Amino acid sequence: MSGFFDLPSDLQHSWLGLIGLHLREALLPVLAGLLVSLPIAQLCVRFRWLYAPVLGLTTVLYAIPSLAFFVVLIDYTGQTELTVMIPLAVYSLVVLVPAIVDGVRSVPQETLAAATAMGFGPVRRYVQVQLPIAVPAIIAGLRVATVSSISLVSVGMLIGNQGALGNLLNDANIYHRPELAVNSVVTTAALAILADAALVLVRRLLTPWMPHGTRRRAPAEAADAAEAGPEPAVPALEDTVR
Amino acid sequence: MNVLHFVNAFFSDSAHWHGYDGIPTRLIQHIRYCLIALVLAAAIGLPVGLVTGHYGRGGNALAFIATAGRALPSFGLLVLMTIMVGFGLVPVMVPLVVLAVPPILVTSYESVRSVDPSPVDAARGMGMQESRILFQVELPVALPLILSGLRSGAIQIVSTATIAAYVGIGGLGRYVIDGLYQRDYEKVVGGATLVAALALATLAVFWAVARCTVSPGVRRSG
Repeated sequence: MSGFFDLPSDLQHSWLGLIGLHLREALLPVLAGLLVSLPIAQLCVRFRWLYAPVLGLTTVLYAIPSLAFFVVLIDYTGQTELTVMIPLAVYSLVVLVPAIVDGVRSVPQETLAAATAMGFGPVRRYVQVQLPIAVPAIIAGLRVATVSSISLVSVGMLIGNQGALGNLLNDANIYHRPELAVNSVVTTAALAILADAALVLVRRLLTPWMPHGTRRRAPAEAADAAEAGPEPAVPALEDTVR
Repeated sequence: MNVLHFVNAFFSDSAHWHGYDGIPTRLIQHIRYCLIALVLAAAIGLPVGLVTGHYGRGGNALAFIATAGRALPSFGLLVLMTIMVGFGLVPVMVPLVVLAVPPILVTSYESVRSVDPSPVDAARGMGMQESRILFQVELPVALPLILSGLRSGAIQIVSTATIAAYVGIGGLGRYVIDGLYQRDYEKVVGGATLVAALALATLAVFWAVARCTVSPGVRRSG
């Protein structure tokens, strides 16, 4: 594996530079998705009839393949990073909106009543009571969105080398250097796992009131793995909240 | 309006409707790849998910597998497999299956595990065998969620099979990839429209299957 980090100059980036680019292209859309989905989710909680159509719309948008989404956007935003980032932001909505809605809805009625009795207005109640209690569910959604976003950025290579680490795949092909493809896959997967772990850490810091580690038959390492599974994590976490 | 113009031009060109590179051929190729991959993924994910869900064990291991599967970049794996194995169907099928197994596995596990325990206990009290409990009590209740897992697996397969055109496989992605290289934006947009339509059709098929197979009682309570 000589020349593993010896990247061709046409990438115009070092290995670390590509990682930075990859993270920017993957994480900014998720952040944008979070900022958009917070108000949308709040509307869905407020007006229940809105939830089903919003869910349907995000599912339909999510179904549109990334490559198709990219190439249609080329007409408007050109072969740029933005073209890669817009679809990723849209995809993150399908995970984040239900996660936030479920999280906010899972706040017990008594807790809300207690907050109201303490003189909290609706805004303060939302920011200081509902959102913090919804954090575990929101983070679970963020983890799925982040990991899939990091994986999808590579596809941006197809629209004129906008895929950060994915660009290595093309170079692996045209220069016949398979180690570059290995580098791309391993680095992307490692980034995804590290981002996932970072979000778990963020949740630990944001929710000091939650019991640490699940005290079940599993040993400590397996327990961490259980938390790594986003879907199973949500109901389990909701149980602990109640 | 620009895009619509290209779409219109693509579909009204009769050369795109027959022959080796015609829309029907490419569509059938694409559907074939997707069906093979989905059947393989379901054959792996469903039995494991259902059985582990029934016994409520191994959730940690499943969650780990699911995260690992999700973290693997499917496109990178696609290119890597092709470089390692060479052109063909096998290197394409591996990433597609790896991609679709996690959602199928996790949702089937989670849906069976979270079935209300009282009907399961009642069935056990009536003397039903474990396998009958799984297939006649738990499966019908868990079916909507299981179908949603299959649906997200299928959608990801449809989407990634498009990208697989980059490694020299047929299917609708051919139009997009070839069009990008030929600087033929009409072809690119036409292909993208077809793929998006196929993905939406997949959604519709799963919706129809859910309408037909989910028992009315479960649907009402869900």
